[in-house]
Amino acid sequence: MSDSLPFLLVLLLVPLVGSVVVWLLPRTAEQLAKLVALATSLLTVVVMAATATAFDPNGARFQLTWSRPWIASFGVDFALGVDGIALVLIALVAVLVPSVILASWHEETPAGRSPKTFFALLLLLEVFMVGVFAVTDVFVFYVFFEAMLVPMYFLIGAFGGPRRQYAAMKFFLYSLLGGLLMLAAVIGLYVVSASQLGHGTFAFSQLVGMPIDADTEKLLFLGFFVAFAIKAPLVPFHTWLPDAGAEAPAGGAALLVGVLDKVGTFGFLRYCLPLFPNASRYFAPAVIVLAVVGVLYAALLAMGQRDMKRLVAYTSVAHFGFIGLGIFAFTTQSMSGSVFYMINHGLATGALFLVAGMLISRGRSREISDYGGVAKTQPLLGGAFLLAGLASLALPGMSTFISEFLVLVGTFSRHRVYGVVATVGIILAALYILLMYQRMFHGPAQERAAGWLDMSAREAWAVAPLLALIVVLGVYPKPVLDVIRPAVNATMNDVHQRDPAPTVAVQTGATK
Amino acid sequence: MTPVTGLAAGTINAPSISYSGLAPVLIVLGVACAGVLVEAFVGRDLRHNTQLVLAVAGLAGALAAVIKVAGRGQLTASGAVAIDGVTLFLQGTLVVIGLMAILLLAERRVDIGGGTMVAQAALVAGSPGDRLLRTAPHMQTEAFPLAMFALGGMMLFPAANNLLLMFVALEVLSLPLYLLAGLARRRRLLSQEAAVKYFLLGAFASAFFLYGVALLYGYANSVNLADILAASAGSPRSDILLYLGLALLMVGLLFKAGVAPFHSWTPDVYQGAPTPVTALMAACTKIAAFGAIVRVLYVAFNNTAWDWRPVVWTVAIITMAVGAIFGLTQTDLKRMLAYSSIAHAGFLLTGLISLDRRGLAAVLFYLASYGFATLGAFAVITLVRDADGEATHLSQWSGLARRSPAVAAAFTLFLLTFAGIPLTSGFIGKFVVFRAAWTSAGPLVVVALLASAVAAFFYLRVIVMMYFSEPAESGPTVAVPSVWTTVAVGVSAAMTVLLGILPQGVLELADKAAYLVG
Repeated sequence: MSDSLPFLLVLLLVPLVGSVVVWLLPRTAEQLAKLVALATSLLTVVVMAATATAFDPNGARFQLTWSRPWIASFGVDFALGVDGIALVLIALVAVLVPSVILASWHEETPAGRSPKTFFALLLLLEVFMVGVFAVTDVFVFYVFFEAMLVPMYFLIGAFGGPRRQYAAMKFFLYSLLGGLLMLAAVIGLYVVSASQLGHGTFAFSQLVGMPIDADTEKLLFLGFFVAFAIKAPLVPFHTWLPDAGAEAPAGGAALLVGVLDKVGTFGFLRYCLPLFPNASRYFAPAVIVLAVVGVLYAALLAMGQRDMKRLVAYTSVAHFGFIGLGIFAFTTQSMSGSVFYMINHGLATGALFLVAGMLISRGRSREISDYGGVAKTQPLLGGAFLLAGLASLALPGMSTFISEFLVLVGTFSRHRVYGVVATVGIILAALYILLMYQRMFHGPAQERAAGWLDMSAREAWAVAPLLALIVVLGVYPKPVLDVIRPAVNATMNDVHQRDPAPTVAVQTGATK
Repeated sequence: MTPVTGLAAGTINAPSISYSGLAPVLIVLGVACAGVLVEAFVGRDLRHNTQLVLAVAGLAGALAAVIKVAGRGQLTASGAVAIDGVTLFLQGTLVVIGLMAILLLAERRVDIGGGTMVAQAALVAGSPGDRLLRTAPHMQTEAFPLAMFALGGMMLFPAANNLLLMFVALEVLSLPLYLLAGLARRRRLLSQEAAVKYFLLGAFASAFFLYGVALLYGYANSVNLADILAASAGSPRSDILLYLGLALLMVGLLFKAGVAPFHSWTPDVYQGAPTPVTALMAACTKIAAFGAIVRVLYVAFNNTAWDWRPVVWTVAIITMAVGAIFGLTQTDLKRMLAYSSIAHAGFLLTGLISLDRRGLAAVLFYLASYGFATLGAFAVITLVRDADGEATHLSQWSGLARRSPAVAAAFTLFLLTFAGIPLTSGFIGKFVVFRAAWTSAGPLVVVALLASAVAAFFYLRVIVMMYFSEPAESGPTVAVPSVWTTVAVGVSAAMTVLLGILPQGVLELADKAAYLVG
């Protein structure tokens, strides 16, 4: 496939060029900067669509590969290539960014900040987000993984809420700490490869299946795992997320929680499991416990929140618990469900953050108690919020339901108790979402809300694609699941796992 | 009758000197001497430009001389000087970074008085005459030859294959720096304090070094590094002299490198010295000192690595911890960068502990990347000023990005490279160093990474200040520099990015240069 067009390279270059152009525009050309940013992100969607058609779900594991030597001294290649999992996640990035740009069109920037910087940073972030999923070289992955922090740090720190300095710092330090532990493991992996394979390499394809001494493998696994667990975040590594999610501008929060955090769960699937299969199996029970604890604990915390963005951030921690559970349950269903969950969660939470942002731009408060009866005065906003909320709580008919169901079914076939306990999370999800909706959108309408505009066309266009996708994939998830499944099977092979003999006949990918 | 035989000629024993190999050092020292003459004979109006041209031309010549002998591996001057890859790589790096430090010294536009150096350093601080000097457009240019002497000493320091010569080089590099540290135009008292402190502690360190040389001579009956190595291999003599000698020698060297627990001078001196001099000290002295440490440990004490390695482990851990933790409490940018340089010294020690070629190459690369970033960072500090001179308190930098985006962006780049964020040279440097250390010192790598995470906090705090805080009411102004400072900052920033994105060339160069003779 290397002779095909370097789609992935184009996917990196388009937003990069766009970012630089936006950056170079004069401060006064605000409108032009926004248009360029939007055009760039839409062009990226087009390229993404072309990339998706060039991808053959039943073909080789890594497709659309493109590789050039980068740092020959370390044997680092700038190697691009995607499997089904990476492809759908890149698609998620491509879909979310235009929505975020549209939704942030009139984002109020703190005094003295120029909006063009905001959009340039968004596009730069897109480059890194695509890159982190599209590379097949562990070193380059690490580079993107860390580089991603910088634009996000500035997005939070320069454009965020009142406690943005604190939140940006906390976000960066947590991620950096995890990243540095991972760096130690990356170097360790390289050293092991030098002794096992005769030449040090970072190429994923050569590192998979490489025999590693059992104790070393466990340490290396932990190095990667902690970095990803902070990023994802799994309880107890989650405490940075509510602050970062709440203080980030709405668009930034949507990307942070919707995509950036997925790098963590993607890392479990792509790096932890295939590279360290024995250690993965060894630690799986512990990870599953953490995941289930996360599902319940974060859901309870979410119910106690008074700040709606914090609440949404906590719901994400609970959802990441589900994703982690599905991955480490080691069944085809649960893993496919987890990957699908990543997409759906990105769409649903992204939409939820964006609508919340629209609401906050009107009400000038993140406190849930400052709102009431909004559904009467602004029915469109109310409807969008309800739809996104229902997606978040995994109502049947929404794509999130399918993924959550797959995760639970898969988990149940291997770990009955955890499967049952995690199901409680669904009930809690209904509680926290519906209670928030009820408090904010029902009840007596507030006087101050009377003057607010309902959703504008721009805002509707920002959210509509996300909600439409949630519903469409909820009814017909087959195309996405078909792309995901071969990659999941390959990962299952890497970790030497087979599905347990079914005791309940469930067809993979069943739709309800 | 046979003519005079080779044997007879050999008994005269005149040292053969490879002038081409020594040319870089000779050129720099020669230019420094010429600079002294310029001070004496050239008219006041022409002096500054003459000195600048002379220094730049001398360094360019030295660089050419380094390139000309690249790839050579020889001992010269009776084995006292080693011309090898490490020497030449470090000399080349010193010349380039030294050149930019000279450009910083040449800056005359940022301070109202012109120039950052005081005209009459000997006046009592705070006396009427001294106060007059602050604003008087009264200049001296002795800083140029002094800096060139220091650079010459630095270039000889890592080349010295003989402990006595190493001591001479140490003094040649130190004495001008003691003087230069006291020459700040503003905050005279602080500057004089820095000079005195640096001199007293430096003199102590030199004495330690010399005592160590004496003990090693007692042990090996020679001050040549190779002879010490030979003596330590299977010698029946007691090892006490050897280890005591090594310990005392290392005290002297670690002092110069700013390694804990011999670091206490660093913050005070970095803060008090005029910032161009601080840049020279922080970037170049560190390079030279680590070059010398590498040579001593690799050449003379290779056999005894098992005995000294645990000590270096401990020292590295203490250094990283001191740098990272004390750095957290600093509110002055120059002091913060001083602690940052201490932490980086710890990372460098981590790299050279492995005692193999890869470790050597890693240390070389790290020194180059660190040198550029450090020079750039101090150069940026010279630009942010208020009525009292440089505004180095952290709070004064709040909201700087609003006032001067370019300066804030450059400083951010240098901070990110100190923190080791990918796509900057600091990341590649950390990577090579930790890769080299992984097999022989795995736990040390983990400590180093944790220290990096802690240190990242204080780097980030500056970024937070510059970008996310409101500008202070009567904040500092950002001076518009002349072309010299602009070039120094620009080259440093460009190298920082280049070594981060396309490091292959320099990595190969460092790899090729990672050999020692002797």
